[in-house]
Amino acid sequence: MSIMVKVEEKLYQNRYIVDESRPHIQIKSEEVCQSCDRQACTFCCPAACYSKNETGGVTLVTDGCLECGTCRVVCQDKGNIAWDYPRGGYGISYKFG
Amino acid sequence: MVEKFDAIVIGAGPSGNAATYTLAKQGLKVLQLERGEYPGAKNVQGGIMYSHELEKIIPDFREDCPTERHIIEQRVWLLGDDNYVGTNYRSEAFNTDKPNRYTIIRANIDKWWGERIRKVGGLQICETTVTELIRDASGKVTGVRTDREGGEIHADVVIMADGVNALLAKRAGLQTEAAPENVALAVKEILFIDPELIQQRFGIKEDEGVVIEIMGKVTKGMCGTAFLYTNKESLTIGIGCLISDFKNGDCPPYKMLEDLKKHPVIRPLIEGAEMKEYAAHMIPEGGYKAIPQLYGDGWMVVGDAAHFNNAAHREGSNLAMASGRMAAETVLELKAAGKPFSAGNLAAYKTKLDDSFIIKDLKKYRELPGIMHGNKQFFGAYPDEITAAAHNWFTVDSVDKKTKEKAIMKAFVKRRSVMGLVGDAIKLVRAVR
Ligand SMILES: Cc1cc2nc3c(=O)[nH]c(=O)nc-3n(C[C@H](O)[C@H](O)[C@H](O)COP(=O)(O)OP(=O)(O)OC[C@H]3O[C@@H](n4cnc5c(N)ncnc54)[C@H](O)[C@@H]3O)c2cc1C
Ligand code: SF4
Ligand code: SF4
Repeated sequence: MSIMVKVEEKLYQNRYIVDESRPHIQIKSEEVCQSCDRQACTFCCPAACYSKNETGGVTLVTDGCLECGTCRVVCQDKGNIAWDYPRGGYGISYKFG
Repeated sequence: MVEKFDAIVIGAGPSGNAATYTLAKQGLKVLQLERGEYPGAKNVQGGIMYSHELEKIIPDFREDCPTERHIIEQRVWLLGDDNYVGTNYRSEAFNTDKPNRYTIIRANIDKWWGERIRKVGGLQICETTVTELIRDASGKVTGVRTDREGGEIHADVVIMADGVNALLAKRAGLQTEAAPENVALAVKEILFIDPELIQQRFGIKEDEGVVIEIMGKVTKGMCGTAFLYTNKESLTIGIGCLISDFKNGDCPPYKMLEDLKKHPVIRPLIEGAEMKEYAAHMIPEGGYKAIPQLYGDGWMVVGDAAHFNNAAHREGSNLAMASGRMAAETVLELKAAGKPFSAGNLAAYKTKLDDSFIIKDLKKYRELPGIMHGNKQFFGAYPDEITAAAHNWFTVDSVDKKTKEKAIMKAFVKRRSVMGLVGDAIKLVRAVR
């Protein structure tokens, strides 16, 4: 849990232009996550967007997403992530990069 | 009416900027599309910028390019748990009028490129995500669709400079998803600090810079590296490993970064600095064998999207700029000759790449990614043994030197066996020869 807090502190420094209307990444099937043995997205995502939930699946909240693409690469064997960029101008906006 | 351009460039990173600038400068009608709020908004670099390739495109870049410090000292450190062994190279000869390497803040550089592109008549439009390539019945790429209203734009040729995710080529079936062992994930932070402190801690003057490349225990046995660079008023610190290793491990990247910052050798260098941004980005590290199809009817792919990255030397932006320039030159040559942008004619781009440092270097190191990925002792056992050896050697304790040598050798053999050590040496030599 202490790890989660730390990454939130990091993300807090960043500038995001949030697109309320639609998350740009989606989990396709909850069941596939439930039967995914390591659920690697939960510890590979640099923004901790994926967390294990009570149903044994994974919950995705894209607010802090850095648009790196790692989750898509990690989940390619399961193919359970629909990954897109946010609309032009939205999402992470690095001041320094 | 549907607008038509000579060329469309997708992306405003170094590869797309080099291509757009080169085309616009020769008077072509070129449109560059970027999904970020401004150029650089989506981009991450360590970052070291190499001037040689930029100079070829914009010879007078030093007049207004917002670089940070020119690099006069390079350190390579192997970190153990609470120690390091390293080499430094520093030279007054790096203090010239035309330095070869600078530290940069990436967003500043991308914005600067945008201004230079406008000055030569290129059209750069931000806040526009290209969603798809438009192809005609024969499969030839004839333009792009964007997420803007009525967002269909046509061109004679499309240059994909959209970076490591390369979604457009994947969607069009021109590339497959990168294997987890062929891409690294890097995380980094920018830490603001009084420039006086930077100069004191690193032993440098104003404008002079130091870069530290880091390997060892900090990557927790995973195949990866870390870095610490000096900017004018800030430090950047980052760490990255292959995604396959993150996937097989259980250490989140931000935890790895936090542990790096706390390492007893690193902490005193960054103490008191204020973190202002946290970033993450992938790096294509599969090398030569991971290079996709580079051109086809009406299209070319450049930079990270083409997997042009030399992980062994931490070079990416220079390969990006060079490939962007070569793609643009191919367009200019075909246009001057009145030839169509067919796959057969665009093969000239590949020929240019083959003749350049890009393909030559990637070919030279083609076995390295596989060896690093398959031989974890380079990231686990060796850092331990090497730092322990140094500790033993430099501890003055009245043990004779010959006995010390023996003990050091024995420790290596114990961890790795003689054949293992010999085998590793052979592997490394083969990979870089
Ligand atoms: C942590 C880190 C440290 C690095 N350090 C160094 C270093 O010290 N030296 C060095 O030379 N290299 C370094 N690199 C590598 C270097 O940053 C890359 O090689 C370089 O940025 C690649 O340039 P590019 O133009 O091909 O792609 P990018 O810089 O990624 O640019 C791609 C652009 O395309 C845009 N885009 C993507 N998709 C779309 C779309 N569909 N529609 C519209 N726009 C789109 C993106 O927003 C982005 O602006 C580092 C990389 C990382 C991650
Ligand atoms: S890796 Fe893919 S399938 Fe597994 S938990 Fe994550 S999203 Fe679900
Ligand atoms: S793109 Fe990167 S930051 Fe965003 S959810 Fe996926 S892994 Fe996390």
